[in-house]
Amino acid sequence: MMKNSVRIGTEPNTVVRWIILGVVGIVFAFPIFAMVEFTFRDGLSGAHTLDHWTGLFNDDAARTYRNLFTAIGNSLLLAVVTVGIVLVVLLPTMILVHLQFPKLKRVLEFICIIPITVPAIVLVVGLAPVYSVVVRVAGGSIWTLAFAYGITVLPYAYRAIQSNLDAVDVVTLSEAGRTLRADWGRVLWFVLLPNLKRGVLAASFISVAVVLGEFTIASLLNRVNLQTALLQVSQSDPYVAIIFALLALLFAFVLLISIGRLGRTRRSGSES
Amino acid sequence: MTVANAPVLVSGVAQAEPGRHPITEPAGPTRRSPLSGLAKYLGLAPFAVYVVIFLAIPTVLAIVTGFFTEDGSFTFSNIAGLFDPLVLGTFASSFWVSAVTAVIGSVVGALVCYALLGTRAGGALRSFIDSASSVLAQFGGVMLAFAFIAAIGSQSLLTLWLKDTLGLDIYADGVWLYQPAGLLVVYTYFQVPLMIITFLPALEGLKTQWAEANATLGGTRLTYWTKIAFPVLAPSFFGSLLLLFANAFSSYATAAALVSQGSPIVPLQIRAALVSETVLGRENMAGALALGMVVVMVVVMWGYSVLQARTSRWQK
Repeated sequence: MMKNSVRIGTEPNTVVRWIILGVVGIVFAFPIFAMVEFTFRDGLSGAHTLDHWTGLFNDDAARTYRNLFTAIGNSLLLAVVTVGIVLVVLLPTMILVHLQFPKLKRVLEFICIIPITVPAIVLVVGLAPVYSVVVRVAGGSIWTLAFAYGITVLPYAYRAIQSNLDAVDVVTLSEAGRTLRADWGRVLWFVLLPNLKRGVLAASFISVAVVLGEFTIASLLNRVNLQTALLQVSQSDPYVAIIFALLALLFAFVLLISIGRLGRTRRSGSES
Repeated sequence: MTVANAPVLVSGVAQAEPGRHPITEPAGPTRRSPLSGLAKYLGLAPFAVYVVIFLAIPTVLAIVTGFFTEDGSFTFSNIAGLFDPLVLGTFASSFWVSAVTAVIGSVVGALVCYALLGTRAGGALRSFIDSASSVLAQFGGVMLAFAFIAAIGSQSLLTLWLKDTLGLDIYADGVWLYQPAGLLVVYTYFQVPLMIITFLPALEGLKTQWAEANATLGGTRLTYWTKIAFPVLAPSFFGSLLLLFANAFSSYATAAALVSQGSPIVPLQIRAALVSETVLGRENMAGALALGMVVVMVVVMWGYSVLQARTSRWQK
């Protein structure tokens, strides 16, 4: 029996569906497959070898790829500080606006999506002078770059948290907490945060993924992060660059898959 | 849709405003006073300060520097530089790359969305495609350049195979991968996934009842898609198309990793201006180029939000 929706034409039938998904899937999987194949190549000889992978575990690998490992450390540090900015600056503001300044919601939303209209390549032109001040005040350590990344992740983090805020009756929850004589700190920590866990985790994961993939700002402000190091390494050792690029893509994929799972444990998957 | 759709912005969704509950008067005499007036406003301060320093000031600086010379005197010379044939040509090829990849991306992406209709929203297939799309659309950057060098570079399996077995040399006219033509291929690769995550929610908003009504009134599949689905989806489709355009227009990382010679598109021209400080022999040209980009982005994103507002009418 054909599903009703297929019969009346709102859904594709199975054959059509798998032809479309199959063709697009193969075309899109091919570059990834080509990267994997490339990491097993033995130079231009056409033979294959495991050397590029095993080379990462050599005794002197830590020295050979020192710059790359430093860069990975930098990116992880930046990811942590950026998530910190999201949790300490953005999240409380969103809750406060939701509870106390409903009229400001549209304003907040507008601010949070500005980074789409003003892309990183434009922002970096103005960030250069700002950072010359930041360096004077806070020093030139890599973590200060997270201030810029906090802006880059705003649209993503905002969406993740907002969809959770809209799904939970924050107002009633906090009133209930207040009625039971909890102070605002306790309401926030014991009542609101557990209910916003899904959105907060999603915002954090997506921020980590964005920071690990960021290239534009780091590169043009002459900072070293994972992506700028990958590009540099690729000139001397393309195999290792591609191995790490694959690992980074895989890591981002796992992060995003887990966001999807977070969504499902709380509500049925059909949220809009 | 999962939050992986976060980039899908400007929710024209006027979310049902939760009835404004002024948490004002305490329920009992023992209840401590809620956030007092001043504390409330102080709570907004950290975010406001942060956004002013790292978003507002850089944006204004980026736009305004184009109007000044290095020593701070006002000038229109950089803005005039935007109309130099070289720069106009760069804007034109940015437009062209963005438009072509947006059109291809939105059509192919919409087809994939169609194919996904009727699959379970939380199922394994959907969460795989959702996550993979988000990764490829948003976080590829430099890595996508690597992927394409490995996939269709001059030493890649595919290129060599085409040459050896079919006698087809895709680089017979020169290695176009590192030129704007190559950007077309690579950009399409992240446009399709972006279309999938932006357009799928709209396509899923189509109600089965509309199709049933169409069938009951003697309509065919064709009338359903042309008379009902297309008009309903059109604003969302063209909105997504604009978003894809904006996405390609502002994309930098992939092009920077791929194109090492010359600056065929605007973001790379900004790089040249920032790094060498002189493009066309002008100082602060980066500011003028940034202004040009912002003008384009504002127009495109304005169109996007107008179309998005129309979309939400059908998604109630």
